[in-house]
This record gives sequence, C-alpha cells and structure tokens, in this order.
Amino acid sequence: MRSTLAIAAGKLARGASRLRGGGSALPGLVTERIDPEILAHTLSDLPGGIIVVSGTNGKTTTTKMLVALLRAHGQRVFTNPTGSNFTRGVISAMLAEIPLRARLDADWAVLELDEAHALHFARVVAPTHALLLNVARDQLDRFAEIDQTAQLLSRLAEQTTHTVVLNVDDSFISRIRTQVADGVSVRWFGVDPSSAQLLPALQEADVRVSDGAGAEGLPDSADTSLLAVHDERSFTITGSTADVGPLTLQQRGLAAMINATAATAMGRAVLGPEFDPQVAATALSTVTPPFGRGEVIDVDGHPLELVLVKNPAGFTVALGTYGSEPVDTMIAINDNYADGRDVSWLYDVSFESLREQGVALTSGVRAWDMALRLEYDDVPVEHVEPDLDLALERFLRAHRGRPVRIFSTYTAMMHLRRQLASRFDLARFGEDRT
Amino acid sequence: MTEQTGGSQSASKGTVHLVHLYPREMSIYGDLGNTRALASRLRWHGYTPVVHDHHPGADWPDEAHLLLGGGGQDSGQLRVQEDLDRHADRLRELAADGLPMLMICGMYQLFGQAFITVEGRRLPGLRILDVTTTGNATRMIGPVVLDTDAGQVVGYENHSGATVLGQGQAPFGSVVAGQGNNGTDGTEGARTGNVIGSYLHGPILPANPVLADHLLEIAVTRATGQWQPEQLDDSTAQQAHQRQVMRLLAADRRSTSRVGRLLPRR
Repeated sequence: MRSTLAIAAGKLARGASRLRGGGSALPGLVTERIDPEILAHTLSDLPGGIIVVSGTNGKTTTTKMLVALLRAHGQRVFTNPTGSNFTRGVISAMLAEIPLRARLDADWAVLELDEAHALHFARVVAPTHALLLNVARDQLDRFAEIDQTAQLLSRLAEQTTHTVVLNVDDSFISRIRTQVADGVSVRWFGVDPSSAQLLPALQEADVRVSDGAGAEGLPDSADTSLLAVHDERSFTITGSTADVGPLTLQQRGLAAMINATAATAMGRAVLGPEFDPQVAATALSTVTPPFGRGEVIDVDGHPLELVLVKNPAGFTVALGTYGSEPVDTMIAINDNYADGRDVSWLYDVSFESLREQGVALTSGVRAWDMALRLEYDDVPVEHVEPDLDLALERFLRAHRGRPVRIFSTYTAMMHLRRQLASRFDLARFGEDRT
Repeated sequence: MTEQTGGSQSASKGTVHLVHLYPREMSIYGDLGNTRALASRLRWHGYTPVVHDHHPGADWPDEAHLLLGGGGQDSGQLRVQEDLDRHADRLRELAADGLPMLMICGMYQLFGQAFITVEGRRLPGLRILDVTTTGNATRMIGPVVLDTDAGQVVGYENHSGATVLGQGQAPFGSVVAGQGNNGTDGTEGARTGNVIGSYLHGPILPANPVLADHLLEIAVTRATGQWQPEQLDDSTAQQAHQRQVMRLLAADRRSTSRVGRLLPRR
C-alpha cells in the first residue's frame, strides 16, 4: 500500500519535473521518502536477480553492454540508463516503467551504482550478482582514499548472494575473492597474457604496489573471460565455453574492449548454458557509446568526438586511444561536485602526445589551470576561454570542416552535449535506451 | 607561452639537484607536478636540473639542493616509514643546514613530532617541524587561499589529520579561505628555516610560481653561489591563480553575508 502511494507520488513528481525540464533524482527522492523500502519491495522478487555494476571507470559503458547482451538472449531487463547511479536515480528510472500496483516487468535488474551508493543500495536489497570493475583515483575529494574505495567494493561483494565477477588485473579488486560469503561463486575477467603489455597504460599509477595475481596466475581458469587484442579495433574474448569474437565495437579503445570482456564474463555467469557466443558478439558490436564516452557527433559532415575524462587513468587511456590521430582538440575542465572539485590529478596525466598538434582551446571553470598544465608539458595552447558556450562557438567556427575532438569533465560534457544536441538534432540525454 | 631556454642553445648557468622523496608511495594528488614544475623552471631560468627519484631502500644521492615530498595514503606512509627512519639523521642535518624542502600533506605530517592515530597510538615523526597531528573522523577537504611570506598561495587540501603547531613554531601561512592545519586556529602548514610543510596540493608550485622561484633561489644559490633568474612569462599561472583567489573570496563573502559564520568557510 505504502509502495503504491510512494510510486504515485513519484510519478507525479516525475511528470512535474519533466515539464520543467529538471533533473532525474527528485522523483526518486520523493518516492524514497514515502517508502524507504521501495527498492526492496520492487526488486527483490524479480525472477532472475539484481546485478550491480560498480567500480571507478567504465560503469556506464559496461552496464549498457551487459544489458544489450542479456536482451539479445531474450531476457527482460530493467536498468538505470542515464548514468544516474545513485539509489534515487534508480528509483527515478523505475518510475518510468512501473505500473502503480504491478511489478516491474523484467527478469533482471542491471544497475550501475556509484561505489558509495552501491553499499547504501545493498543495505536495502542485496544484489544477487556483482560485477566489480576497478579502483582508480577518481574524485578523491568524495571517497578520500583508494584504500577506502576498495573497502566499499569489498563490502558490496560481501553482501552479494550468488555470483561475484572480479577484475583479475586490478589488485584492489582481485583480492576481494577472499571476502565473498560461503557458497557465492567467483568469476573473473581480465586481459589475456598475450595482450598484457597493453595494461600499464590503463593502470597508470593506481596499482602501484601490485599484489594481484594477473591473468597468468588465475585461481581457476574455468570461470574466466579474457581479452585477446588483435589490432586497434578487433579482439576476441576467450573463455571456458566457446570464444566470443573476433569482433569490433562501435566504441574505440582498450578500455571499451575490457568493458566488453567484463560484460561477457557476467553474461556467461548469468545465462549459463543459455549463453550463445554468436548472439553475444553481435549484441556487443552493435552497442553505441553512451553519451560523451567517445560518442561521435556529425557536425555538418565532419566528426566531432566527445570524450569524457574524469581521472588520471581515464585521461591517460583516452589520450592513448584518441591522441595518436591528429585532430583539432579542445579540453574543458570543470570542478563542480560531480566533476571532482580537486584538479590536482591533471598533473598525473602526461599530455606529451598532444605536443606536436597543440590544443586549440581550453575551457571550463578551470580553463586556465588546464592551460597551465599544458604549458608545463610544452603543449602549445592557442586560446583560453572559460565560458563553455563561447568556447564551443569559437571552436566550431574556427575549425569548421575539420575533424574535432573535445575532452571534458562530467558537468562540462553535459553542458556541451546539451548545446550540441540542440544544434545537431541529437537524442536528448536519458532517451537513449538501446 | 614560456620559452624553453638553456640546455643546447646557451651555456648552462649550473646544475641543480632535486630529490623527490618516494614519488611512488607519496604522490597521490599530483604532487609529482611540483618536481616537474621546478625542473621546468630551472631550465627556463637557464640552469640544468637533475631529478633524483628516491625510493625506499635506495642509496642517498651524492648531491641534493632541494627536497620534495608529497601526500600518500596510510598504506603509502607505512611503506616509507622504515626508509625515512634510516635517513632521519641526514634529513635533520640538511634541514638545520638550510637546505630548502617542501613537504606536502603526508610527508608534512611525517616531518613533525608525531602522528596520534584515532585509536590513540603515537607514531613518532622526524621532529624537523614542531607540529603534532591527530587522526580525525572528519576530513578537511576543499580549495584554499593562504597569505604567506611568498605572497598569496592557492591550493587544495584533503586531509583527515588535524595538525597543531608547537610553541614558537611558525606556520607556513594564514588561512584566507579553507580549513588549514586544523580548521580552528587559522594557521596553515609550518615553516622552520627553509623547510616548508603544507597541506596544499594543487599541486602547489605550478599555480604559485612566486613560491616556486623562492625555493629555487635558495637551492640555486646553494648550488652555484648566486641566483640569476630570467624574466619568465607567468601570465597563465597568474590567471589560474587570480581566478581561484577571486572565486574563493567571493564565495566566502557570500556565505558570510547570508548566514554569518554558521557554515564552514568553503
């Protein structure tokens, strides 16, 4: 009864906030206030289970891939598609899909959850499956220390009731294998030893004192999905059952390939013998990049790549993935709460790959700090314009007819994408459900 | 854009040795940037920098004109403790001799008298600075503006330890915006002779070139007998610096007028 009231109120708030074009968390907040147990009431009796995806980098992409993979196998999946990875965001997403008194029409819930909020979520309703990606320095002003973030993920694994999928190459994650409850099975994803030389670029300095096993020392290779890279775009995910691939993703880069490997490992765990490598490969290869994660926008016939960067490892990987092709570059750095308020991390990224081509423009609240960082790497900067709208305008005008790329932090990316969406007829944020 | 001069183009004015203590274990918020900033500025001023990354267990470099240290996690501090003990006497001698040192966050704490853990355990420090740090449940996090002898300094603090200065210990600066040593007495960091301890990341030196050159002046004079700087174009750093100062002071005024001093200052 209480849940019905809570859902009704939430739906009302959702309608109101959509009229105002407002944020996605408020309706969830309203619902949660009326029924704090709303998540438990709606999710705990799904016929499949609740899969939580957490970690510092790649949550949104991996979640999207896993959802596509499960749906391609005929599963009905509820997910929080907008990267609204707090509990209130999950509830808000649910309000769109749930009839007032009926159950969620799904077999599985696949939920991307922020490290801290994953634990909050798990206290309300225990996940059946957890996919833990990595621990990197990300917005340390929020989670304070890497060790603490690793702790949060450990505790999430302890709450999980059925299967935990871990990253064998991240020692903060792989050591969690000893923390899971009795009877909970552990599966693995990682990079195949044949491609291990690619790993340091991803790990940067985050796994500085490694005590992880690495793919060569896997505890049990029978439950393992490993990434074998063939070239810049093509790869195969090996496994105890048949391999998945060779395949090519819509999204470029090693990080996306690892995300696909993680999604596959969880897909195998969830589907068991029903898992079809051919169906999985097709599903993965058709997933479009989530907003801003290497998304390509058509600007009058020329590609504009929007690349989200939010921590040293992520920026380093993005530069490794995209930096080799000479295109005109803009970098937008904000320091709002959602970006991480500390920009010190920019000094843990090497920008030397941009030296030859230079950077056309830096923007955002910390535009000058970014320009200063580039100055210390001897990367020439043509122009500094803190105002995002003016910067975008200038960038598109001055580089018309050329391929362009924008690296930006989260809130800067959201702002720029809204501007780009209104000009180039893109799907609105949150409408991308495939 | 600053020109990279010296090296091949003209004769070097001299070689300056920088020692970065524990760059792997103790550099969590970009503190490596301080070492890079000093090396670059030395080159721009016409000197030849040599950077020594000192790792636990390694031999001490033959020459050292300036020492740098950064912040780490608790696990990082544990990993360097033994090595720091091994070099404690040397570090105290060098400090007493006037060697410039910049120790940020975790290394600042380790340069003090002691760190008292939340459980009340007392971990002794190097006693180069007369400060004592106590573990705290709440972290002090946010952007900072200080008034110091080297002018206004901007940075970002993120620490759970609350530090108290001993009798007669000078602070590094006074807090204009932010929390500082302990959030209550308005002091930030500590300075004894040419040893500076501070909680400011940022990293502190690139955005505060006056402070960077202040340290270099001491180091270069020790290395070569005199300091002959070039005129550098620091306009980008000044813009970054000034915008943070304006922004934080404006935010501070707003919160003051609206709610008095009820809210924390950042």
